Amino acid sequence: MNFGLSEEQLLLQGAVRAFLDAHCALPEVRRAAAMPQGYDPQVWRQIGELGWPGLLVPEALSGAGLGFIDVALVLEATGQRLLPSPLVSTVLAALALREHGTQAQRAGHLPALARGERIATVALLEREQRLGPEGVGARAERDGAGFVLEGEKAFVHDAGSASLFVVAARASDGVALFLVERGQAGVEASDFPMIDTTKRMGTLRLSGVRVPDDAVLVAPSSGAAALERLLDAGAVAVAAEMVGAAHAAHALTVEYAKTRKQFGESIGRFQGVKHPLAEMYVQIETARSLVYYAAWALDAAPAEAPRSVSMAKAYASEAFARIGIDAIQLHGAIGYTDEYDAQLYLKRSKWARPQFGDADYHYDRIARLGGL
Amino acid sequence: MDFDLTPEELAFRDEVRAFLDENLPVRDLREWTRKVREKRWVGFSWPKEVGGGGGTLMQQVILKEEMARRKAPPLGTCFMGLAWVGPALIQYGTEAQKQRFIPDILDGKYQWCTGYSEPGAGSDLASLQCRAVRDGDTYVVDGQKIWTSLAPIAEWMILLVRTSPASETNKHGGITCLLVPMKSPGVEVRPITNMAGTQLFAEVFFTQVRVPLDQRLGDEGQGWEVTVSALANERSSISEVEALVRRLEELEELGRRSVKAGEPALRDPRVRRTLARFETVIEGMRLNGLRFLTKQLKGEPLSSETSINKLHRAELEVAMGDFALELEGLAAPYAGKSPEAIEEGKWQRTALSWPETVIGGGTPNIQKNIIAERILGLPKD
Repeated sequence: MNFGLSEEQLLLQGAVRAFLDAHCALPEVRRAAAMPQGYDPQVWRQIGELGWPGLLVPEALSGAGLGFIDVALVLEATGQRLLPSPLVSTVLAALALREHGTQAQRAGHLPALARGERIATVALLEREQRLGPEGVGARAERDGAGFVLEGEKAFVHDAGSASLFVVAARASDGVALFLVERGQAGVEASDFPMIDTTKRMGTLRLSGVRVPDDAVLVAPSSGAAALERLLDAGAVAVAAEMVGAAHAAHALTVEYAKTRKQFGESIGRFQGVKHPLAEMYVQIETARSLVYYAAWALDAAPAEAPRSVSMAKAYASEAFARIGIDAIQLHGAIGYTDEYDAQLYLKRSKWARPQFGDADYHYDRIARLGGL
Repeated sequence: MDFDLTPEELAFRDEVRAFLDENLPVRDLREWTRKVREKRWVGFSWPKEVGGGGGTLMQQVILKEEMARRKAPPLGTCFMGLAWVGPALIQYGTEAQKQRFIPDILDGKYQWCTGYSEPGAGSDLASLQCRAVRDGDTYVVDGQKIWTSLAPIAEWMILLVRTSPASETNKHGGITCLLVPMKSPGVEVRPITNMAGTQLFAEVFFTQVRVPLDQRLGDEGQGWEVTVSALANERSSISEVEALVRRLEELEELGRRSVKAGEPALRDPRVRRTLARFETVIEGMRLNGLRFLTKQLKGEPLSSETSINKLHRAELEVAMGDFALELEGLAAPYAGKSPEAIEEGKWQRTALSWPETVIGGGTPNIQKNIIAERILGLPKD
């Protein structure tokens, strides 16, 4: 029995934090978020050299050959800094390629993704916002030795910067996943500014896009299961970032409560301030436990993963939504200013809550999985 | 990370399971108590020298988890003795005191109660006023205790008294711990009926009660340390989690049978999500507990982080009982004895008895103070 981090994991965590300390303080994050692509390409190049996008990629393909718990640790740290980058997107696409790719697909794509030389993302959802195969309306029509893809994918993370898309589309015999290149005829992808400027999301339009058979990543026979697993991995990734961001919002507020004086006292002495801060701490620690376990389960206990993932995302979504708001309230007027950083976490909480399913979605799923 | 048990741990778990298969359900509680005592599972965490089981941390966790999973009766019947008195005796008792009291606690010969809270000293326990004055080789106790659980049936009390005034710098100084027979002349017990209609706790009055010196536990003025630090190595709350899992199963059963406005209650998304949320928080507690346990297994002491699960438990104790009554709807208020009551008022008892755990072990607000001050470093109240 050991629910703790290994030596290697602690080293990884330390190295990631050291890099972020040096390069991604919040002033730099604000600057990066304002760049045209929504992140700092220089920092992304360094992240690629450090191998973060390739954490899940086998060592033989230029990756680190690590597990999802390691991904969660890195994302917890990047979430804490609100780091703008296409890291989550690229990691998810790499996961899909690692688990389902043919040898040629893996060898063709994974080394460049692992080194951050290419950015990839997953395009799974559409405007109806239904998670899972039933939400896939984009069509994949058989056409000789390939398919023609038609439709629109919505809420695609980093749609503007990605050059490779893992796309869910419906063939005659079920939902399949396809690899689509940005430069292909009929592909139009762009992302847009968000209230959380550290994140980018947009649409991918597919107008009669011809893809060969070797662009099929997951065949219709196993597409639904692959899609569900990818959504689960995404939920844990976002939840890990949420734990980091919630932790940062909390730390900022605790620090403020210690230094801000009113009525001749640090406001942190008043129970009206200290009790909500204690409640936040309880929620963050519990969310962290749930996220670490879900990340572990994704690799080590796939049968348990759906329940564990839903618990992590549901709980983190509720907790961070509350923490984002309370952090502002406890600060008072200063928390409401653009200049002060508390508002950045509130905006992240609004971005993160619905990603890969909100609390209601996941509680419904837990109830269903539990036979209710 | 690794959530598997070692072969030795698995063997122990199998031994526990086999025992439970053979002995559950319990027909004769005395027989059960004798058997678990024989197994040395009563006081399982205590050293073998004093008659405990000398169980390793993992064995303790496995035993408690299996017991709770099967809703087995408690290990031992001397509840306060096992929880408070024994650990304090083991750490601070004289050889004579250990020999006199520990075997009886393990055998459950009689009940102990804990004389801690006073009318003016609840959450602020260190401000207690019940006083003991030395007179030769005895202490003479005068004062009052309140909310003393099991006082009406206990034979002995572990009592905190003030032997000298508190100083500005050390609020916890001047407190001494005495072991007092409840039959001592000058002890008067007045039971208090709680809102669930039971008389579990009481007021206890002391008038010139004489306690021999050899019934002092620890040194004079060491009483705070004696009662608090014996509990310093807090448990990781895993058995409580199992108990909550069992209760949630029963709540889900109630949900399956319940009807709201003519429709099965489980069709209502709010009902489903509420149950799923309980399940999630309980799982969060389990995982928190495993993180704390990992720390303990690495030899790091646990401190205030156990307040995390105490707060979750407090929330669930209140919310689950309350939600059960909500599911019962208009039938919920029928008192347990009336023919219309659901499951003989079982959920009413849950909904009306949460204060025992929620307030008894330190109120949620005190737990929040502990987290805010000791973990977050916010200024003390």
